[in-house]
Amino acid sequence: MSSPAAAPAAPALAARPGRGIAVAWGAARGVSILCLLLLWEAVARSGIMPAFMLPPLTVTIQQVALDLASGDIFATLGVSLYRALVGFAVAGVGGIAIGMMIVRSAAARWFFDPLISVGFPTPKVAFLPVFILWFGVYDLSKITMVTVDAIFPVLTATVIGLEGIERELIWSARNMGASNRRLLWEIMLPAALPQILTGLQVALPIALIVAIATEMIMGGTGIGGAMLQSSRMFESAKVFAGIIEISVAGYCLIKGMAMLRRRLLLWHQETAHRSGV
Amino acid sequence: MTRSLRRYLPLLLIAVLWEAATRLGLVSELVLPTLSSVIVAWAKLIASGELVTNALDSLYRAGVGLALAIVIGGAAGIFMAWSRVVNVIVSPIVEAMYPLPKSVLIPVTALWLGFGDGSKILLIFLGCMIPVTIGAFNGARAAEQTLLWSARSMGASRLRMLWDVVVPSALPELLGGIRTALALSFVLLVTSELISARRGLGYMIGFFGTGGVYDAMFASVLTVALLGFVADRGYQRLMRRALQWRQ
Repeated sequence: MSSPAAAPAAPALAARPGRGIAVAWGAARGVSILCLLLLWEAVARSGIMPAFMLPPLTVTIQQVALDLASGDIFATLGVSLYRALVGFAVAGVGGIAIGMMIVRSAAARWFFDPLISVGFPTPKVAFLPVFILWFGVYDLSKITMVTVDAIFPVLTATVIGLEGIERELIWSARNMGASNRRLLWEIMLPAALPQILTGLQVALPIALIVAIATEMIMGGTGIGGAMLQSSRMFESAKVFAGIIEISVAGYCLIKGMAMLRRRLLLWHQETAHRSGV
Repeated sequence: MTRSLRRYLPLLLIAVLWEAATRLGLVSELVLPTLSSVIVAWAKLIASGELVTNALDSLYRAGVGLALAIVIGGAAGIFMAWSRVVNVIVSPIVEAMYPLPKSVLIPVTALWLGFGDGSKILLIFLGCMIPVTIGAFNGARAAEQTLLWSARSMGASRLRMLWDVVVPSALPELLGGIRTALALSFVLLVTSELISARRGLGYMIGFFGTGGVYDAMFASVLTVALLGFVADRGYQRLMRRALQWRQ
């Protein structure tokens, strides 16, 4: 590992270093994470912090393994992911559909525009008790809450994407006799796809945050409720195991979305640009 | 005035529909109280001072947490772009925390600090720090090389360059990150207050909800929504003013 003194004045903004140095910096980043994990274990074992506040890393990993082996993870994380993803899917389809309506019809724009400008920045989680009143305490209210929170980024991204399409593209398609339906499916939606995918990429973490938040507020099944329960019982290993499980799942989902984006946009210059580097 | 009135006409329409549907009994008042009763409940809550004191409690928690997140997160992001050593130490941690759905921090802060003010402030601080850090980092990293070179050639010290070149360059993205953090702070605040609190707007919502006082519950919910909306609009205005020097 290169000592900090070896490259004191190398500003991050300067010219790219050689390959060997780059590898060394990469390794240093790994060392940083490793040090943090070791520090976690050491602090937890040393007794500076009581065990109920910080379980040792090894104990936490054991707990994750236990959750996996017993299948408990399906009843906790599985249920939460189900709620988050169903809500996200509804938000995706609904957001794109409403976005298309707004672009195509002045009446839809007139109606939805103020709703979006007021709805987007408001903390919608505050409406959860209202949804509980309307939709009960089970999946429906939670999934609805996820959808209501996740739909706004998709919706606005769809509108921005569709409105940003070059006029020439639409004119030439029309000129060649494309029907309205074909124009929409074959020209407008693909052209707006990069923006729409960005909206979906913003909405996905929101869906996860909200799904877990609703579970924590309402209790019951799902990893949010389980973690909060463990926290109240001071079962810290279960709390930290939950964090690791959600982090891994969240990381995979976010990476999966990014991969999907590259796959769907293979034809787009954005992808060519990236692979060209 | 008339233009914004026409623009927000659909909202007025929904309000009228709400009142009409509940008055005519199309929707049971057990599910949706009449809008007028919500307004009356709201006026009562304001008159009694309940709404104001609880709102101040909430804003205090969100404000302190957010302020800490902006100062510490912003500094971390700028130093990450500025110094390779800081980058190597801090950025793996930021990257590891980035995909974490921030609401999972609630049980941890509860473990550490209980369910009082401290745990909520810590929660908002930790949750909001990541978007601020990433915004500051991306902005500072994009500081134009030519600007840095010319600053250096004119004999600016490293610290001076940081303050005069890198920080202003980082500002647009930093301010964007803070906007995300602002929205997130409300979500975390309301969620943590709904879970457990003895004061605050989230507490009021939960209290009236479980007590079946739905007009007061709706009044509290709409107050939170209004505060979030006003905070975002006010911040946007501030942001535009702060960025006026860029054409």
